[in-house]
Amino acid sequence: MKNKRTAAIYHLILIAGALTMVIPFFWMVSTSFKALKEVFVFPPTFFGDKIIWQNYLKVSDRYPFGLFFLNSIKISFFVVFAQLLTSSMAGFAFSRIKFKGREALFSLYLGTLIVPFHVTLVPTFLIMKYFGWIDSHLSIIIPSLVSAFGTFLMRQFFLTIPEELENAARIDGCNPAMIYLMIFLPLTKPALATLGVFTFMGIWNDFIRPLVFINSIPKMTVPLGLATMQGMYSTDWPVLMAGTVISLIPVLVAFIAAQEYFVRGVTLSGLKG
Amino acid sequence: MSMKKLAQSNNFWAFIFLAPNLLGFLAFLLIPVVASFGLSFVEWDLLSPMKWVGFKNYIGLFHDQVFLRVLWNTVYYTLGTVPVGIALSLLLAIALNKKLRGMKIYRALYFLPVISSYVAVAVVWQWLYNAEFGLLNYLLSLIGIRGPSWLSSTKWAMPAVMVTSIWKQLGFNMLLFLAGLQGIPSTYYEAAEIDGAGKWTQFSRITVPLLSSTTFFVVVMSIINSFQVFDQVFIMTEGGPARSTSVLVHYLYQNAFEYFKMGNASAIAYILFFLVFLITMLQMKFSDNWVIY
Repeated sequence: MKNKRTAAIYHLILIAGALTMVIPFFWMVSTSFKALKEVFVFPPTFFGDKIIWQNYLKVSDRYPFGLFFLNSIKISFFVVFAQLLTSSMAGFAFSRIKFKGREALFSLYLGTLIVPFHVTLVPTFLIMKYFGWIDSHLSIIIPSLVSAFGTFLMRQFFLTIPEELENAARIDGCNPAMIYLMIFLPLTKPALATLGVFTFMGIWNDFIRPLVFINSIPKMTVPLGLATMQGMYSTDWPVLMAGTVISLIPVLVAFIAAQEYFVRGVTLSGLKG
Repeated sequence: MSMKKLAQSNNFWAFIFLAPNLLGFLAFLLIPVVASFGLSFVEWDLLSPMKWVGFKNYIGLFHDQVFLRVLWNTVYYTLGTVPVGIALSLLLAIALNKKLRGMKIYRALYFLPVISSYVAVAVVWQWLYNAEFGLLNYLLSLIGIRGPSWLSSTKWAMPAVMVTSIWKQLGFNMLLFLAGLQGIPSTYYEAAEIDGAGKWTQFSRITVPLLSSTTFFVVVMSIINSFQVFDQVFIMTEGGPARSTSVLVHYLYQNAFEYFKMGNASAIAYILFFLVFLITMLQMKFSDNWVIY
């Protein structure tokens, strides 16, 4: 009897929390289907009279959301792919190849983990300006090809792989490149997927870098496009909410498809502190 | 293979594997970090020649009312978000750790704000906070409270931003706590049960001490993150009204890309770096004393 009551209390806490999480999203979706005049009423209604699909069409009339998506996908693809490659390669060197100065160099990588990203913002801007990459996707992609955190993480993963596997391959005449490609990468697929999801979330949702480096609308990413739209149509809530819904769909779909990796990927950033 | 040859071959492979990473690391992390430090001692608007000014930027900032305001706002934001956010996420984690039915659904729902971009979240909350037609003020009116116009009030704008941030990060902190809770062996609770310890005793004598390393970690990380808040402030209030929500990174952004004071911006960046460094050092120094295993 007592157990049932405590279970009920816990459920109550969890439901209250879940409602708090969901209601803003519900409100966003419901507003996105309302007519403009239905939004400016008090008390507000939970559902409009009719479902106004046109709000979604208006979004793309005013702003090239399709293009924003393509831009975001392109940037995310290159950054995720490059970070997995550079992080796993360097992680392999730091964990498996003995060379002079390895520990000192790795400490340098570790040391930079506590540096707030914003410290690099102004110099990176100057470098991008020097190369003429402002308002080009290169300004977002190039500085993100390497991650000290990803390198650290891949090293930790590789350290857990038993040395015997590597030694056996070495005796069979494998060189480090073959060991990396045929043993280490296949064995760390889940780790790579987790790091990939973590990197994707960071770059897809990134705001300050596109804000600083991108000026023209056709080059914008999804978050920057949405922010620009918000600046222009700050009172047309149905259309603005429709734009927000659209901006969230890809991450949501990815989340539903790979929830476990998302959960693990996001907790990885816990290690970052 | 001789030792010398092995070392040579190792150096060769280390170079192959490290070169691309090292190049990016140097160009976009190490050099910018050093350059930023150098820039904090110059006056430069990108157009006229750079001028060395020594500590003038730092001294100027600490005499700048706006900077002091922004620094205080950042501290205020941290004080407002970290304790509440941690208490709530711990509560949810404890409830979720009971392995009740529907746990996976709860977890997924708490996770929705975490995976959403700050921009999207900020736009939605801006609408919720709308003074006349927003959902929040409607809900408040049901219990007889007349809600303020949240985001245009110097008093309420910052708390409104704080609530949004807490909401956004709740699921994330909860997950870290959940991992910590799952690391506590259930035999401890069973033994305590046999010894006749009540729920509260179990919580204060087993959960709290054994969760201390997780809690400590979440606290430090939350503080460091809240010192770097920007996106939601920029979208929801642009630092206003009257600077009431302007924070360190927002002022850094303005100095660099609105006022074109690169030196000032870099000095702000290094003050931020120093604060984060200080917190990290405190963590290292005190974690042995506070964390009980």
